[in-house]
Amino acid sequence: MTTTAPDARTYEAVFDATVAADERIEPRDWMPDAYRASLVRQIAQHAHSEIIGMQPEANWITRAPSLRRKAILMAKVQDEAGHGLYLYSAAETLGTGRDELLDKLHSGRQKYSSIFNYPTLTWADVGAIGWLVDGAAITNQVPLCRCSYGPYARAMVRICKEESFHQRQGYELLLTLSRGTEAQHAMAQDAVDRWWWPSLMMFGPPDDESAHSAQSMAWKIKRHSNDELRQRFVDICVPQAESLGLALPDPGLRWNEERGHHDFGAIDWDEFHEVLRGNGPCNEERISRRRQAHEEGAWVREAAAAHARKHGGTPGEARA
Amino acid sequence: MNPTPASTQAPARASVPAAPPGAALALGDDALVLSHRLGEWAGHAPVLEEEVALANIALDLLGQARFLLSLVGDEDELAYLREERAFRNVQLVEQPNGDFAHTIARQLYFSTYQELLYGQLTAGDGPFAPLAAKAVKEVAYHRDHAEHWTLRLGDGTEESHRRMQTALDALWRFTGELFDPLDRLDVDVSALRDGWLALITRTVGQATLTLPTGPQSGAWTAGAGRQGIHTEPFGRMLAEMQHLHRSHPGATW
Repeated sequence: MTTTAPDARTYEAVFDATVAADERIEPRDWMPDAYRASLVRQIAQHAHSEIIGMQPEANWITRAPSLRRKAILMAKVQDEAGHGLYLYSAAETLGTGRDELLDKLHSGRQKYSSIFNYPTLTWADVGAIGWLVDGAAITNQVPLCRCSYGPYARAMVRICKEESFHQRQGYELLLTLSRGTEAQHAMAQDAVDRWWWPSLMMFGPPDDESAHSAQSMAWKIKRHSNDELRQRFVDICVPQAESLGLALPDPGLRWNEERGHHDFGAIDWDEFHEVLRGNGPCNEERISRRRQAHEEGAWVREAAAAHARKHGGTPGEARA
Repeated sequence: MNPTPASTQAPARASVPAAPPGAALALGDDALVLSHRLGEWAGHAPVLEEEVALANIALDLLGQARFLLSLVGDEDELAYLREERAFRNVQLVEQPNGDFAHTIARQLYFSTYQELLYGQLTAGDGPFAPLAAKAVKEVAYHRDHAEHWTLRLGDGTEESHRRMQTALDALWRFTGELFDPLDRLDVDVSALRDGWLALITRTVGQATLTLPTGPQSGAWTAGAGRQGIHTEPFGRMLAEMQHLHRSHPGATW
């Protein structure tokens, strides 16, 4: 879709007025190139996070300790694949196909959420991911349901509903462990100790260091600042941790009457930047595994395309 | 992809005549073990749509397994605390995933059998009829999925044709066991075998592949999966599946 028009200023005025009126920009509407690029970047990163995020949890499918838990976990990992599909489709409405985005992921030119570069070492990590990681994701994503770009906003409505189910099952898993045997309780506490700080980092760098925030806020792609959302998340988690009977690993955490919020300790931003740079515990494994699955599947995708050519279908149909 | 996927819960137990435990265990173990193998694909599928499809099939099978095992006893005790020799699944379902063609061949052989079997069980008013009525619809999708991929791989590229033929040939010797009669299960086994062979022959032919010609069972008279004799990879699969549960005796999850 071309974005150069004889009367670009009029188009731009319409775009600005649509955003200002809190109405949706749709795929066939004119939009600034930078808006399009910013959305593709964000949606792609979100889609990649869904499919990379399958790995740490799939790590426990074959070891789930009860059939009920196994069914819940399989359904959750399946949901994540489904979220990946919606999001790649949303990116396609902006003119960027899934294959191109996957190439960028595999070659390291596009990122995914750094949280998935941490390992799932015990079964309790499945619960901690549900409670904290999905909880943080929901806090980030609920405002995106009102994002100015229609297809993304609509995808987010569905995704948030499913994420909220994931968050509840994670909480319930941890609660069962916390009230279980001594060893189970210790397993749950250990998982929360390891996942708490990385979850806080999921909201991104502090507001004064966030590269894309200001413009995204102006375009109503983003609705709240990183620090606002992080504070909201901490305030939600503190009473939940108490109900779980688990401690949050931050001696500086306390209620601040004056602010009406919890104060919390300093985040180790060096760790955040190191993981972002590729030095996290699992960066290499996650991306290698993804590339390997893609490369090993190449002959299957080629076969589907060849079959579709012979029989008059499309590879898209063959994918389904 | 619903907020509360129906398949995460075992189907409700209806009041039905007591099921023969031997048959319930055999069919339950088939579903449990195949579901586990399909679960191993998570994060490795060749295309994102197949992540969803394989998980969907695995979830259906797990739901069936939970229903069937609950007819015999506690589902978790049966799944996690039995030794290898006490499992009654056919050897076909425990075979490692191999490449995507092997997984599809295993699915084609098994889902075709399962659809015909549940179709027969639906017809009667026996103890498995309520499960069969629900499961036959699920399994029809599994069979359709496997058939479509058999066609794409068989009649796709030279490489996919070769891989699909190799997979069909490799798993053929595990198919005879599907037609061993099960204790007090009211099934016309010869109709099952004939129907299965006709469907497989048709699909394999359409896919420009060749129906394997070797024997459909191994030569060892000690028996096979239904007698608790399994193949070597099965022990390692169980070790992984049961390890956590067994490490915390008596714990609730």
